[in-house]
Amino acid sequence: MAGNMVTSEFLVQVDHERCRKCKRCTLNCGFGVFDFKDRVTADTSKCVACHRCVVFCPEEAITVARNPLAFREHSSWDVDRRKAIWKQAQDSGMLLTGMGNDLPWLNVFDHLLIDACQVTNPSIDPLREPMELRTYLGRRPDRVEVERSDGGFKLDTEVGNIIKLDIPIMFSGMSYGSVSINVHKSLALAAQRLGTVMNTGEGGLHEELYPYGDHIIVQCASGRFGVHSEYLNKGVAVEIKVGQGAKPGIGGHLPGEKIGREVSSTRMIPVGTDALSPAPHHDIYSIEDLRQLIYALKEATGYKPVSVKIATVHNVAAIASGIARAGADIIYLDGFRGGTGASPAVVRDHVGIPLEIALAVVDQQLRSEGIRNWVSIIAAGGIRSSADVAKAIALGADAVGVGTAALIALGCRLCQKCYTGNCSWGIATQRPELVGRLDPDWGAERLVNLINAWSLELKEILGALGVNAVESLRGNRERLRSLGLDEMTTEILDVKPAGR
Amino acid sequence: MAFGDQYSRWRVDRSRVPAACGLSGVISEDGAMIGGDVIIESMKVIHDRGNGLGGGFAGYGIYPRYRDHYALHIMFEDPGGRAACEELLEADLQVQESEEIPTRPGPGIEDAPELRRYFAVPRPEKLAALAIGPDDFMVQLVMRINTTVPGTFVFSSGKNMGVFKAVGFAEDVGEFYRLPDYSGYCWIGHGRFPTNTPGWWGGAHPFNILDWAVVHNGEISSYGINKRYLEMFGYECTLLTDTEVMAYLFDMLVRKHGLPLEVACRVLAAPFWKDIDIEDDPASRALDEALRVVYSSALVNGPFAVIVGFSRGMVGLNDRIKLRPLVAAVKDDLLYISSEESAIRQICPRPDRVWAPNAGQPVIGELKGDV
Ligand code: SF4
Ligand code: SF4
Repeated sequence: MAGNMVTSEFLVQVDHERCRKCKRCTLNCGFGVFDFKDRVTADTSKCVACHRCVVFCPEEAITVARNPLAFREHSSWDVDRRKAIWKQAQDSGMLLTGMGNDLPWLNVFDHLLIDACQVTNPSIDPLREPMELRTYLGRRPDRVEVERSDGGFKLDTEVGNIIKLDIPIMFSGMSYGSVSINVHKSLALAAQRLGTVMNTGEGGLHEELYPYGDHIIVQCASGRFGVHSEYLNKGVAVEIKVGQGAKPGIGGHLPGEKIGREVSSTRMIPVGTDALSPAPHHDIYSIEDLRQLIYALKEATGYKPVSVKIATVHNVAAIASGIARAGADIIYLDGFRGGTGASPAVVRDHVGIPLEIALAVVDQQLRSEGIRNWVSIIAAGGIRSSADVAKAIALGADAVGVGTAALIALGCRLCQKCYTGNCSWGIATQRPELVGRLDPDWGAERLVNLINAWSLELKEILGALGVNAVESLRGNRERLRSLGLDEMTTEILDVKPAGR
Repeated sequence: MAFGDQYSRWRVDRSRVPAACGLSGVISEDGAMIGGDVIIESMKVIHDRGNGLGGGFAGYGIYPRYRDHYALHIMFEDPGGRAACEELLEADLQVQESEEIPTRPGPGIEDAPELRRYFAVPRPEKLAALAIGPDDFMVQLVMRINTTVPGTFVFSSGKNMGVFKAVGFAEDVGEFYRLPDYSGYCWIGHGRFPTNTPGWWGGAHPFNILDWAVVHNGEISSYGINKRYLEMFGYECTLLTDTEVMAYLFDMLVRKHGLPLEVACRVLAAPFWKDIDIEDDPASRALDEALRVVYSSALVNGPFAVIVGFSRGMVGLNDRIKLRPLVAAVKDDLLYISSEESAIRQICPRPDRVWAPNAGQPVIGELKGDV
């Protein structure tokens, strides 16, 4: 019987006329596709289309193409479904995958259009006029009290602990362990240069990054990896990760092969043991338990802001309201397109709801309860461009988190094989020879370039809208129109359809 | 609030109308009485800033006989509206006097609705039952009438002041309402240039709630968030006009949150971070930071020039980069604010000083004593 009924997804072709046998491809491929016997040979079944070999072949001798193997068309049994069955019939077990939901669900961002000024009010040129993106995160009072004091006025209200960001964009949580130390370094350097923050994810913070603490949000997740008093106090805020958009309701599993010395000491677990994050926090079985953890973390940190990260699930608005009332300062909404290092494909692709809709209902819910000032909302899990940033802010986000986009800037090709630990780009891997490929200075520069470019675009959008501060776009759904959305979705988003 | 309500509101309601305009205002800080003809004269000069689709005035100190009563000016476009409205008024208020607002029908003013005014105070037992102050009570009553009684609109609800507005050129509106028969210590006027026809008297300026009267030239690009922010504090923006938002923001910041007027202006036309960051005085920097952080959704962004009348004076304010004209002048105890210097010189040929206020810098005229 045939050993593997799952046919190769990609074909790797080496043009032997051009190849000068430098063997660079054999070293570069993290997935062990190439071998060298007199000449380069390729085991195409292993190829994931990460393009590392293509980019690094000096002779452009390598092509990676989709396997054109014909399958009889069947509209309910598309090829991916058939392959899934072959795989599971062969190995049993869940199908794992990496990165975000790749099914063609409706993308609401792509059905929202932004307004601009014409005639009746002037647009503003961001190259000539100040254009403010500065953003603050955290709980704030409903009002400011002022005292008169010799000729002037004095503030008589404690505003509390809030975080200042120069731009409304931050880096999403990606744990050291699931990504390499050089990814963390790149993010920390970039966050510092951009005046924003990165988020540790659930794997603790390597000591080398302690100096960047002013630009780091530290996470406390169900496995409590790397959580100790010094760690909690290193960041500007602490985040309780309840859920992740790519795998709502699911725990995490970082296999023992990825727990080398450094990861082990950062996570505070023995070398080579699997790092298992329980699905729930075992001290949070209800909202009042969450309140206890929030306040425990506040006590432990001298009342730094506490963020609570949840996946956008059906009842997200009520959950968010509970989180705000439990004392959180920030609610981090991770949409169902959010990335991951590893998730069961069935969960990644079918659980949760789109960020855009969750964001709209959470913002509205908090407003109708009069508690929108109590929390800041971060929208993440599906932010692909500055247009998405602007739309998310208009729907009500205080800031957005980017994870996948940051990794793509670092070279990620979205091959979705992060869970294998073989990432050829040195991103989702702990293999030292692969990790070394990502130079943190180079990485930071790419991230800074990307986010600066988005910031410029965002300023241009604000100027076109005739406003010169991002807060005038925030929650301003009047400046969005929907196109091609059904009436109910438009209503839920609380935007008008184009033409109104 | 249910999403459905909001959704149906914009479907059936008037949509927002961009408008440009001319404004003028005058106050005697000594409390000397100024005739209504003065503000009409001033508005005539900036006739071309309006297009005849809305004009209006507010006068302060015009009802000394009823200085402690709320003066409700109400328009009835629906014959059934008056009975329903008066039933509400009777239930909630002690009405001291109810009469037609005197008018002189003339050219340029057509299709006038029935216009009446009521001098009244809330019934004490009603206030006690709700445990709220009379001002909040009146705000709720006005919003209730304006949202629930068909064809009925309360367009003025302050004490010892009144708003007079109509579809027409400002000077015609002033003559229609016989403003020369009134005198007050402060007047503001407005001529409107909407970019399509609202054809509705309630849509003219000033927009009023309690003693606040706002005349406004501009378009508030941040309208959507300002409105949603106000809704959180119980203000229903029913008219979908920018000006309404401005009036409610003043009411909330000054009356409800107790901010001094100058400070409220620093919320609405907030200084830029680049300027806050280099403020020498740490107390003033801390205040500006707090205002921007706490009141970010109350920043009024986009081009505007407003003159806001309140019980003791008026304030002129420009947006933070001054995208609409605003000129001020003083002569003795008189402060003038207008879209154009010509409108000031028309009624004050030789002012002591004329200047263009800087972006975001309020010009405030306030009564020195009692009137
Ligand atoms: S896995 Fe990547 S490096 Fe390896 S052959 Fe395929 S594209 Fe090339
Ligand atoms: S991080 Fe690496 S393994 Fe994961 S999708 Fe990107 S390129 Fe592939």
